[in-house]
Amino acid sequence: MIELRNVSKTFTLHNQGSAVIPVMTDVSLFVGAGECVGLKGASGAGKSTLMRMIWGNYLAASGSITVAGTDVARAEPREIIALRRERMAYVSQFLRVVPRVPTLEVVAEPLMAFVPEEEALEAARSLLTRLRIPERLWGLSPTTFSGGEQQRVNIARGFIRQVPVMLLDEPTASLDAANRETVLTLIEEAKARGTAIVGIFHDEEARDRVCDRLIEMGA
Amino acid sequence: MTPLLQVRGIEKRYGGRIGCIDVSFDLWPGEVMGIVGESGSGKSTLLSCLAGHQPSDKGEVIFHGRDVLKLSEAERRRLGRTDWAFVHQNPRDGLRMNVSAGGNVGERLMAVGERHYGNIRDTAEDWLQRVEINADRIDDRPRQFSGGMQQRLQIARNLVTGPKLVFMDEPTGGLDVSVQARLLDLLRGLVRRMGLSAIIVTHDLAVVRLLADRLMVMKGGHVVEQGLTDQVLDDPQHAYTQLLVSSVLQV
Amino acid sequence: MDDYNFAYLDEDTKRMIRRALLKAVAIPGYQVPFSSREMPMPYGWGTGGVQVTAACLKPDDTLKVIDQGADDTTNAVSIRKFFQRTAEVAVTERTQDATIIQTRHRIPEAPLQPGQIMVFQVPIPEPLRFLEPRETETRRMHALEDYGLMQVKLYEDIARHGEIATAYAYPVKVEDRYVMDPSPIPKFDNPKMNDSPALMLFGAGREQRIYALPPHTKVESLDFEDFPFVAGKADHPCAICGSTESYLDEIITDDAGSRMFVCSDTSYCQERSVQ
Repeated sequence: MIELRNVSKTFTLHNQGSAVIPVMTDVSLFVGAGECVGLKGASGAGKSTLMRMIWGNYLAASGSITVAGTDVARAEPREIIALRRERMAYVSQFLRVVPRVPTLEVVAEPLMAFVPEEEALEAARSLLTRLRIPERLWGLSPTTFSGGEQQRVNIARGFIRQVPVMLLDEPTASLDAANRETVLTLIEEAKARGTAIVGIFHDEEARDRVCDRLIEMGA
Repeated sequence: MTPLLQVRGIEKRYGGRIGCIDVSFDLWPGEVMGIVGESGSGKSTLLSCLAGHQPSDKGEVIFHGRDVLKLSEAERRRLGRTDWAFVHQNPRDGLRMNVSAGGNVGERLMAVGERHYGNIRDTAEDWLQRVEINADRIDDRPRQFSGGMQQRLQIARNLVTGPKLVFMDEPTGGLDVSVQARLLDLLRGLVRRMGLSAIIVTHDLAVVRLLADRLMVMKGGHVVEQGLTDQVLDDPQHAYTQLLVSSVLQV
Repeated sequence: MDDYNFAYLDEDTKRMIRRALLKAVAIPGYQVPFSSREMPMPYGWGTGGVQVTAACLKPDDTLKVIDQGADDTTNAVSIRKFFQRTAEVAVTERTQDATIIQTRHRIPEAPLQPGQIMVFQVPIPEPLRFLEPRETETRRMHALEDYGLMQVKLYEDIARHGEIATAYAYPVKVEDRYVMDPSPIPKFDNPKMNDSPALMLFGAGREQRIYALPPHTKVESLDFEDFPFVAGKADHPCAICGSTESYLDEIITDDAGSRMFVCSDTSYCQERSVQ
């Protein structure tokens, strides 16, 4: 599902004396269907960078990154857009939305392109309920929510579709025990469906519970 | 699937000065492309060359298998009121200020032969609502509208005939930030729902992040970098793009 | 009277105007530029019409001149006298007897006949003028048949007044091609232009434009499917001749607001009264 071969990444800061910052060299990684691989390493080791490269957000300097059949290191923008739309989901730590779109629509949006609107909204309602976002907040924009609430909206948005590849960046950070349990169950359900997952978990217990393997970055 | 628009080697010079040079790209159905760069980078020149508002010195713009730059004026105008649309930065350039909102929206319909007043009126009302203008303002003139409303009216006027490709020149320029956000959200929704392809020229990186799938960065008439919007903004490769991205003040 | 050339204008000028007229006849509804001359009357008094009439007149012609349908108002009288003096042609008030009829803002009630020439005085030849002020642009719009804007004007009328309120200078489409301003005739007269056996010539002196409708030209008034063109007039019989067919002028008869409706075509009205 996800295959990285000899991936290297450097940042060249042209406006700061053309400083070249190497982030990783020759990283290879394979994640099969139903597998969850955790990325480990000190901060700055390149965990997030690697996730962003798989997402197509950062450009690989060399190597190939094949995700559900698409080499994102070489793909055209529209191929990456199609991949994100149809086959890959990313739960980041940050929620980036237009301020006036209500939470229910923010969550339902990734599914809207595939099923009738009402069906997508129904799925969003059920996920928001499961993640204990009070119904009175559904009509409001999530931009005003607390960190934990925003985190759960992000998770709901990520899990609304069933996709072959998921990227999870600290999905359980800033969650209480009950919600943390819900998220871990969601991850386990996704694995059971055959989703290949790459995740960053600082929460060691969670990591041990859902990850099949760990990759040490910066080593 | 084939590209909706194929741009090949567009070049425009003003005497010895370069307007834009060697610009090529494909735009696919449903794709939104942003063109960013500072004033004088050639982005507006490029847009007006693509839209046929000014002649190019070199290059081709292929749409539906034909080079649009070689069309006769009559054919180009027909294209401009059917499959293509152009949203100007200043609504005054894109609206008829002496004609009511309904007449502004209805003009394109009438230009393509609609002759039923009731239908024109109903369509205009529907479109005013889609751009969040109350239908009871249908007989008011654009002068009586705020800047943001005028811009939304211009968008309705352009989209009423269901174009396939929309050119936008700084569509949010000159608007208050709060008004901008509303307009952007509206545009985003319309683009998605209608499956529009669009080329948006702006110097506002927030606008392209929200609206554009792809990004093209211009400097001195040249394309210095292009790619997926969030990739170009988050991992810029060219010195100029890095400067552009790092120059945005964080709020 | 030997002081003037026949019909005032010199022969070179007449030839120039005739060329423009021929082109106008060849392209019905198209505005042909011509180098309008200074005439011994101010602009707005029919300088365009007078030049066209001068270029068409022959010594054996019979001329009728009307102003808003009347033969006896200042404008009509002075133009008639002008040609009596400079061309010594016969004049008449009877529509049927005239070979050339110069008119300001009306078409006579009596049916026109083959061989007759109508000459219209035109203040503003461009039907798109008040919608698009740039002459370069309006010319291009005509060339490209880009007439959505003209329809917008009618739309605006209905939106504001509930009907197409344009009552005069009502735009027409000629032979499915050019949109034309028929000069400020009441829209009541518009149907008379369609398939008319007479030749219709339009002259705009200040604007230096000539256009024409050859006999039996298709002339359609613009409208909407659900708001069709109606050639309206005041719903009264003429107070003098009793006609219910003719276009009427409203005349205020005292300070108390009393009014009467009479035929605007004086010759038509007189003839009916005599009968």
